[in-house]
Formats: sequence, structure tokens, C-alpha cells
Amino acid sequence: MESTLRLSSGHLQVRDADYDPDKLSVAWEYLIENPEQIAAQIEALDQVDVATPRLLASGIISVQSDSIGVQIMGIDPASRANDPYRHLVSGEFLTADDREGILIGYPLAQNLALNVGDRINLLVNTADGTVDEQLFTVRGIYTTGTTAYDKGIVFLPLAKAQAFSGAGNHASMIFVLLKDREQAEFVAKAIPSRNFKVETWRELNSLLVLVNDFSNAYLTVINLIILGVTITVIVNTLLMSVFERTREIGILSAIGMKGRQIIAMFLAEASLLALGGVTVGSLAGWALSVYFGKVGIYFGDLGLSADMLLEDRIYTYLTLESAINLIITAFVFTLIASLYPARMASRMEPVEALHNAQ
Amino acid sequence: MEVAKLTDVTRIYKIGEVETRALNGVSLTIESGEFTSLVGPSGSGKTTLLQLIGCLDQPTSGKVIIAGKDATNLNRNQRADLRKGTIGFVFQFFALIPTLTAYENVEMPLLLNGKSAAERKKRVMELLSAVGMTDRANNRPDQLSGGQQQRVAVARALATDPKLILADEPTANLDTENGEQVMEIMKKLNKETGATFVFATHDPRVIKYANRVVTLQDGLIVKDSKVNGKS
Ligand SMILES: Nc1ncnc2c1ncn2[C@@H]1O[C@H](COP(=O)(O)OP(=O)(O)OP(=O)(O)O)[C@@H](O)[C@H]1O
Ligand SMILES: [Mg+2]
Repeated sequence: MESTLRLSSGHLQVRDADYDPDKLSVAWEYLIENPEQIAAQIEALDQVDVATPRLLASGIISVQSDSIGVQIMGIDPASRANDPYRHLVSGEFLTADDREGILIGYPLAQNLALNVGDRINLLVNTADGTVDEQLFTVRGIYTTGTTAYDKGIVFLPLAKAQAFSGAGNHASMIFVLLKDREQAEFVAKAIPSRNFKVETWRELNSLLVLVNDFSNAYLTVINLIILGVTITVIVNTLLMSVFERTREIGILSAIGMKGRQIIAMFLAEASLLALGGVTVGSLAGWALSVYFGKVGIYFGDLGLSADMLLEDRIYTYLTLESAINLIITAFVFTLIASLYPARMASRMEPVEALHNAQ
Repeated sequence: MEVAKLTDVTRIYKIGEVETRALNGVSLTIESGEFTSLVGPSGSGKTTLLQLIGCLDQPTSGKVIIAGKDATNLNRNQRADLRKGTIGFVFQFFALIPTLTAYENVEMPLLLNGKSAAERKKRVMELLSAVGMTDRANNRPDQLSGGQQQRVAVARALATDPKLILADEPTANLDTENGEQVMEIMKKLNKETGATFVFATHDPRVIKYANRVVTLQDGLIVKDSKVNGKS
């Protein structure tokens, strides 16, 4: 989730009140003027990590007879907010004063058989409603690990993008990352919004947030099922153990062990069972999660719309909190599950217990 | 002193519609220091009577007084408490806990009675020595012969110094030699400590040690005689 936010929507986007994100228009009336200055003001807020201007325009790349529609994004190469694009397959990242360089994604480079140093023709829809075109040199080929993203977006330095598209000293948005994304709503209110529209990551990713909530609910259901199965297995194991030891229980009861003590005995046994299970389970779970945290689970290009970018690989991670929660849950439920067999054992009449076993 | 006093006790087992009158109005008093055999044909009610004296079971009617306490209407836990310090059991099938060593089996009732570690150790060693099992203290039951297991069971029954030791066919699964040995040990303990023993048995080798023989038939006492048992 967080990586998707950092890659595409950010935690907050500040745009001109009239801006329509679907049109990618660079007409001045839809843009923010003096974006550097505004970004600096936003970055001065305590809760903000970085804020950087971006210009979005639509364009077409042509190489010989192939042409492909792309989104052109003008970025400040120095900003930390652009770190997700800094992972290069080959070549170099952009510099702010580059006037001929372009950064393209790995899948796009493959499609068009492009290498670093190759020249491409880029066509752009300009601010006055016409088109302009220019030759650019591929400086670098980046990968974010999200094919759907990488094949559609190319980067130019902000200044060059502004000049090329005729946007002047304007930007489409200020892209904001916070120190804590849960403060998005709070910061959104704090940003002076004369002519601006501020949208939070929740609004920007409504579909993703929905999917995320859904998958959390789904996980809860799966957890409940696993828990149910576990409890059944534990109840069964302990019931077997009670039946197998009918005679033993009878003996202990005959020499004066009380119901309470018999329950305690079985609960102690269940605790040992739980302790062993939790230890082995935690170690195995931890090892798996570390492994898939490094290697990732490959899903391929899910080809989802830009509303919901997912990486091609999903990396597992384990928080201490969720581990502790699971461990405590497992423990508590094992003990609860063992109550029934333990009570059964404690209610056996010594006579019957001894009798049955002989 | 009376260790156990049963008055007009009946015990009816009900399985579905079928009623079995295992005991049919039995009155019996056991005095301290007795070495008594309950005899009678199979199904005459010996085990049932022993279980009532031992507070393992409750009578359908009649009254059971153990060591001066009325045990007739005690609940499960109260009966367990009464058994814990007052009554020791020896069963036909030895009835040791298979996962515990001889030492630990004897220690068990002491643990239940909350004795300190030092007290337990002293008492267990004393008892194992009394039944001649000191060198097998760390063996588990499956590493012991039947006779040895029964000797450990006798040691366990005596661990808490109970007033009354009840044994149901203690020699039925032992050969002559081992049976004699176990009986010798019990008789010796009876004389040395004054503990009271009651056996249910068919075994003439047991009966010959008794100083009182109570004969049951169809849930009734048909004969009760003092004898001069072998000592
Ligand atoms: N748990 C029980 N449920 C139903 N009937 C029982 C139960 N225990 C004993 N009985 C019946 O009660 C009667 C007396 O049984 P008990 O075990 O006291 O005899 P016993 O004298 O010990 O016999 P044995 O010498 O064979 O051990 C028998 O008819 C027996 O079938
Ligand atoms: Mg019997």
C-alpha cells in the first residue's frame, strides 16, 4: 500500500481548483503558478516530508514506424519524492538542466527496442491546444517493478517539460509525501486553499483503499477459518488424550486429586502444546515471511488501470505487532479449546474410570 | 476405634431398564488395626462394597461413616478430599501411572497432600525400602514385574499414613511367590503401623493372613468370623 502511494498518488496532491486529472491539459488556467514557491511553503509544514511540483502532459513517442501514447511527467530530479523512479536498469537519472534527455520505463524500452543513447521523437499536446515535437535522447531506463506504470510514463526534467509544452512557470500538481500518512486529512485542511483543491491518498485511491479493506476483511475470514480448524484439532487431540488416559485419571482421582487439579493438569498440558506449536509456527512463519519479503511473490503484470497500481511482485512482511497478536490469540484459543476436554476429564467418576479401563 | 461404619447400605446399578442390586442392605463396622478379607462368589458385591468404604462411589441408600465423618452425601470434590488423607488403594491391576517412575508414583499422594520436598523425599525412601524397592526407584512401571509394581502400589497406598487401606484382589495377577511377598509386606506394615487393611479376594493365600473374614453372597453378608490369621 505505502509503496503504491509513494509511486503514484503520494499522500496528498495539491492542484488547481479547475484541474481535471483525466484530461492532462497543460492550459494555464488549469495549472498552478509558481509551483516551486508553493511546494516550499507546503514542505515547511511540520507533518510534511517532501513536496514537489509535477507537470503532466500527454504525448506520443515515435521510433521509426512505431508510435505509442505516453504520459509525460516533468519532475524535479533532485527531489526525494522521485526516488521510486531512480531504480535504473541502465543509463543515468535525469539532471535538472538536461534539455534533451528523457527517462523511459523498461517495458516501453523493450517494446520499442530502445537502448540508452538512442534517439526518439516525442510529440506533446501544448498549452495553446496545438502540438509540438522534438528529438530526445534516452538517458536512462527505469523500473518501479510495476509494469502497468512503467510502460506508460516517461520523465523529463520539470523545466524542460514546462518549456516543451508551453506551460511556462506552471505545474499540474504539488505532490506531497507526509511523515505519517494518517495525518493526510489534517494537513489537507492546513494547506491554504485559495484556488487549490487538495486531495488525500484516500480520495485519490478510493478503489485501492476499497480493495485493501476488502482484502483485510478477507484475511480476517481466512484467519477465523484457520482458527476454527485449529480449535477443532486441539479439542480432538485433547479428547483423545482424555480417553486414552481414563484409567490414569481414575487412579489420580482415587488417590485424592480434585476436579480442579485435573483441569489444571490438562490445561498445563495444553499450554505446553500451545507453546510448542506457537514456537514452531512462529519460526516457520517468520522464515517464510523473511524469504518472501526478500524474493517476493511474482504475480506478473496485473495490467490494472492507473487507479490501482500494484507491483508485479508482492513482498511479504511481518510486523512485531501482528506476530504478537497472533501468538497471543493462538495461546488463548488453545487454552479455551482445551477447557472442554479438561472439564470432561474432571467429571469422570473414579469408579467408572477404573472400571472401563480394566 | 471405628475406621468405617456402614449401616443398611444398598447399591443398585441401573443400566437402562435393568436394575442390579449389587448390595442389598449391608451393615458392617471396621475397627482400627483390622486385617480383614471380604470373600464370596463372583458378582456377590465385594468390589462394590469396597468402593463404598473407599468413598469412590455413593450408596443408593444407607449410611457410610469413614473415620468419624459422614460420607454419605459428600460431593465429588469432598469425597476426593476425604480419600486424599484417609484412604489408600491397592488395585488388582496395580494401577500405577505409566509415565512416572516408581519414586514419583509413591510421591504423588504426598504432592496432593502438599508435603514439602524434604518430607516427601524422606517418606518415599522410607516406603520404598519397606517394600524392598529402593533399587528400582527410578524405573517406570513397564520396567517392573507385576509383583514389583504391586509393591510400589502398596507403598503408594501407605504414603500419607492413611487409617484405612483397601485392596481389591491385590494378588489376582501375581504368581504364588510374589503374592506371598506382597501379603507379607502388608501384614508387616499392619503390625508395625497399626494401619487397617480390607481386601476383596478369592485367593486363599490372602485369606489365610486375615484375622477377620466377611463372606458376601448376592449382596448380603452371610458370614462374619474372627479368625487367627497367619502372622
Ligand atoms: N458399574 C456397574 N454397572 C452395572 N452393574 C455393575 C457395575 N459394577 C458391578 N455391577 C454388578 O453388581 C454386581 C456386584 O458386582 P461386584 O463387582 O461388586 O462383584 P464382585 O463380588 O466384586 O465380583 P468379582 O469377584 O467377580 O470381582 C454384579 O452383578 C455386577 O454385574
Ligand atoms: Mg470384584
